[in-house]
Amino acid sequence: MKPAPFGYAKARSLDEAIGLLGQQPDGVKLLAGGQSLIATLNMRLSEPRLLVDINGLHELSGIRLDNDHLVIGAMTRQVEIERSADIARHAPLLAKALPHIAHPAIRNRGTIGGSIAFADPAAELPACLTALSAEIEIAGPSGKRTVRADDFFKGLFETALGPQDVLTAIRIPTALADHRCGFDEFARRLGDYAIVGLAATARANGAGLKDVRLAYFGVGATPVRASRAEVALAAGDLDKAVASLSGDIDPQDDVQENAAVKQHLAGVLLRRVAKQMTEARS
Amino acid sequence: MKITDDVPSTLTALDRPNSYIGRSVPRPNLARLTQGRGHYVTDVTLPRMAHVAYVRSPHAHARIVRIDTTAAKKMPGVIAAVTGPELAKVITPWVGVLTHLKGLKSAPQSAIAIDRACWQGEAVCAVVARTRAEAEDACALVQVDYEELPTVTDPETALDAATHVIHADLGDNLCFERSLDVGTVDAAFAGSDAVVETTFVFGRHTGVTNEPRAIVADWNPGEQRLTVYHGTQAPHMMQNLFAKHLGLEESQVRVLTKDVGGSFGIKVHTYADEMAVVALSKLLKRPVKFVADRIESFVTDIHARDHRVKAKIGVMNDGTITAFEIDDLTGIGPYSVYPRTSGIEANQIVNLTGGPYACPNYRAHTRVVFQNKNVMCQYRAVGHPIACAVTEGLVELAAAKIGMDPLDIRRKNLIADNAYPTGSASGLKFEALSHHASLDKLVKMMDHDALRAEQTALRHKGIYRGIGFASFIEVTNPSAAFYGVGGAKISAQDGCTIKLDAQGAIVCHTGVTEQGQGAEAVIAQVAASAFGVAIERVRVITGDTDNTPYGGGTWASRAAGIGGEAAWQAGKALRQNVLAVAGSILQAKPETLDIRDSQVVDAGTGKERIGLDEVARIAYFRPDTLPPGFQAELMATRHYVPRAFPFSFTNGIQASYLEVDTDSGFVKLLKHWCVEDCGTVINPQLVDEQVRGGVVQGIGAALYEQCVYDERGQMLNGNMADYLVPMASEMPDIQCGHVVSPTADSELGAKGAGEAGTAGAPACVMNAINDALRPLGAAPLTDMPFTPGKILRALGRVS
Ligand SMILES: Cc1cc2nc3c(=O)[nH]c(=O)nc-3n(C[C@H](O)[C@H](O)[C@H](O)COP(=O)(O)OP(=O)(O)OC[C@H]3O[C@@H](n4cnc5c(N)ncnc54)[C@H](O)[C@@H]3O)c2cc1C
Repeated sequence: MKPAPFGYAKARSLDEAIGLLGQQPDGVKLLAGGQSLIATLNMRLSEPRLLVDINGLHELSGIRLDNDHLVIGAMTRQVEIERSADIARHAPLLAKALPHIAHPAIRNRGTIGGSIAFADPAAELPACLTALSAEIEIAGPSGKRTVRADDFFKGLFETALGPQDVLTAIRIPTALADHRCGFDEFARRLGDYAIVGLAATARANGAGLKDVRLAYFGVGATPVRASRAEVALAAGDLDKAVASLSGDIDPQDDVQENAAVKQHLAGVLLRRVAKQMTEARS
Repeated sequence: MKITDDVPSTLTALDRPNSYIGRSVPRPNLARLTQGRGHYVTDVTLPRMAHVAYVRSPHAHARIVRIDTTAAKKMPGVIAAVTGPELAKVITPWVGVLTHLKGLKSAPQSAIAIDRACWQGEAVCAVVARTRAEAEDACALVQVDYEELPTVTDPETALDAATHVIHADLGDNLCFERSLDVGTVDAAFAGSDAVVETTFVFGRHTGVTNEPRAIVADWNPGEQRLTVYHGTQAPHMMQNLFAKHLGLEESQVRVLTKDVGGSFGIKVHTYADEMAVVALSKLLKRPVKFVADRIESFVTDIHARDHRVKAKIGVMNDGTITAFEIDDLTGIGPYSVYPRTSGIEANQIVNLTGGPYACPNYRAHTRVVFQNKNVMCQYRAVGHPIACAVTEGLVELAAAKIGMDPLDIRRKNLIADNAYPTGSASGLKFEALSHHASLDKLVKMMDHDALRAEQTALRHKGIYRGIGFASFIEVTNPSAAFYGVGGAKISAQDGCTIKLDAQGAIVCHTGVTEQGQGAEAVIAQVAASAFGVAIERVRVITGDTDNTPYGGGTWASRAAGIGGEAAWQAGKALRQNVLAVAGSILQAKPETLDIRDSQVVDAGTGKERIGLDEVARIAYFRPDTLPPGFQAELMATRHYVPRAFPFSFTNGIQASYLEVDTDSGFVKLLKHWCVEDCGTVINPQLVDEQVRGGVVQGIGAALYEQCVYDERGQMLNGNMADYLVPMASEMPDIQCGHVVSPTADSELGAKGAGEAGTAGAPACVMNAINDALRPLGAAPLTDMPFTPGKILRALGRVS
């Protein structure tokens, strides 16, 4: 299929991008890596009048350390995150998750900002940011603001971004010595969106864990925190954590697997991810 | 060019000096294709060419009340918006029946739906515009009022009295039914020590080609001729059909098929939206192009399989198989596909089930019913994966029941290698098969005993691995028995014309076609060997009804076996003709001469006498120097069709080794083996890659692929994200081996190899999964594809 006709503008500055977004409310879309957007255009699932290309905005790209935070520019390609030594050291969860996202060719173009803004419920990065207690920096017509990942994902493909907002960066607290993380997912084929996935962080607490954050993906409209299971896991009761998942997540049937299978797989993931976190050494 | 000899030649009659037969010659089109210089239909651009896009029915079954194209026609670039009744003035409808499938019936199908859409995706209006994008923009403005009709989706209830009849004129929803009862089935079951009965289910799936279906039709009113650039497997068949339904002579139609980006049987059928393109070109008097996009391909490219088979096997405690019985049911969409029909897959299942085994008692029943889903028809290995999975599934279940090793039960029952010629209970004739030799070779290749030991050791550690087998037979090199006898104008014979050019190189024109499988390479190898030149001196021309001998094209694993033999005979004939010229130049008896590496030589000593370039120069430019009355004939044509057997059966055996994660239900494929016997192996690398590609498609059926429909006839996963084709990361290493039993029906002795992989892979993956889970007491899995959910339910992990 061919996309419906659309205009194209290459933004020269962040302000210009924000300005262009205001020209035709709802009819303008930012173009980042294009790996999700262009497919929706080609399938005519969306028909924007204008694409604003932010690929030239170098200030939106790159990974840097800002005291006790990692700051990742929205336009940073997924491949850069996958290969970054800073990421591996300060946000190892992302390093674990990245190889599961799509295929190398797509990660070469796809951006972290695009993935977060698109907010596919089965995507890895939104769940990772949730598990990492990340913050999302946004620039809009009325200035800049920061939203916590827990508050950013609002619904199916729906985020805290307004129609004139640009996601500019992601801030992640750097991992301390007692930081633990785990990641796993079930996908039929390497690179597919997951049937169910789990991104998790915690702090070591002797042989156990504390401050456990479990963010599931593929089980709801947004990344879903499994709060009961977090408590049980922090209390050292893995079986109880698995059992309590039925109260934490409510996956729906989809074309691959039904809810019961997803619920079961969520439990399998929890055991595997918990093992990663308890067996890890700093 | 690097040529590797990875299989020592076992040839005799073909043992010419410098023979390429049995050598892995790289295909001549490789550099061109890998450099992006292929010429696919998608690449064709003609002056004044317009593009068509279709408005497709969103409903599985609906009456078309009214179509308003006013707004669409006003859109920029739009040339025409054409409905079914308008197009019906240019092209006649067709009915997909064959007389030898007795009782098979279907309804007339039109290029564009006339008053009723019978499946979700059927075209109801065509919009022709300067570009595809403009055509799609205008499609969005075509107003169609539908009145939804009751949908028939479940084959199980399609024949119930209460079910809506899709085509009232047909009286019911039954397309075809066949029964067979051979030997004494009831008595055999009654006398068996054990009987195993189960139901196998095969998901509806489709062939996903790299290049989608594509066609450019160019009606030239000045010439009164239609030229069609078509990504098809069978150019002559399409020439006949385009002519017939446009009311033209075949001589008024030329079909050109250059590079084709994969077919798998998808591109050997009449598609309504392609028939509409030739009609639109005639109507609009200009070239019209249609390239199916991926989304419309999923709801219009033929689907296949989708069978439910209730099956039963009887065995004695010593492993003797006493009887097979099957009851098959399939739903094929609203029309039997033209001209090959949608009854063939079911018919093949009846023919092939139990085929590898010497068991005289066999009962089969199949019913093919209409339903409101996309049409189904022949896809790679037609019927084989189903017949094989049913047979081999039953055999391994029976072995488990009587506590016998799965290889031993096969050794006991496979037709003996010295029993040929013989036949199957269903009436198939086998010239020479090698089930036991293949099995022995497989056992060695896979180091069977070590693998079993490893499997047992790992079970103690809670790791569940399975080993599964599948013996199979494959129909190749079909004679007219497949289609011709049923009245379809599909050529079973094929031809090859070879000419010597003025510098002593040769050009072959062949009726078989290249789909990416390497037919071009095989024809070049055979022609070079038969005639006596280096392969660099051979050019192969395919896919042009104006310029190639009349032929069937590529399907049913026939290109190498049939087209190859025609090339072999043509090469020999041209050699005789050239030697006659050389003999008269050299004053030597032609029988004392031969052609080797572009030189005419003394046959006995190999001494060079005269170069082909010199023979050509004299014959073409100085014929005056040849003896009076002597006419050089430097172009020879030969045709070939198998006559001694209706089909040339091949055989083989596959094995799968895999691990089931019993917590998640995920299957990891560890290794796959296939030993097959396609007779003479012309090009080992091409054969192995055909086997590997076929195995991968079979694995797709076993684990991944399924066109999921809801009860209202809506396909739910018609895109590349949700329809899971097998991908490289999940595929195991696939090791191939060969046993060679050449067919005596041709000098070349080659049978087909294109479908063997697909035929056996689903069965052995299924058997391996069940082998892995048997110690856990899981109910046998017989419902493909085997998704994690199904495995978890079989294990009782999920209810
Ligand atoms: C075959 C395939 C497989 C894939 N598999 C996976 C997978 O397994 N897991 C996974 O997570 N993803 C997967 N993806 C998606 C991929 O990760 C995309 O790259 C990502 O979702 C979007 O990033 P992008 O930079 O390409 O954004 P684009 O496609 O350019 O944009 C996506 C959306 O976000 C908006 N947007 C982009 N950047 C910003 C910004 N800075 N501020 C505000 N809005 C913005 C755009 O306007 C658009 O609406 C897959 C994609 C493909 C094609």
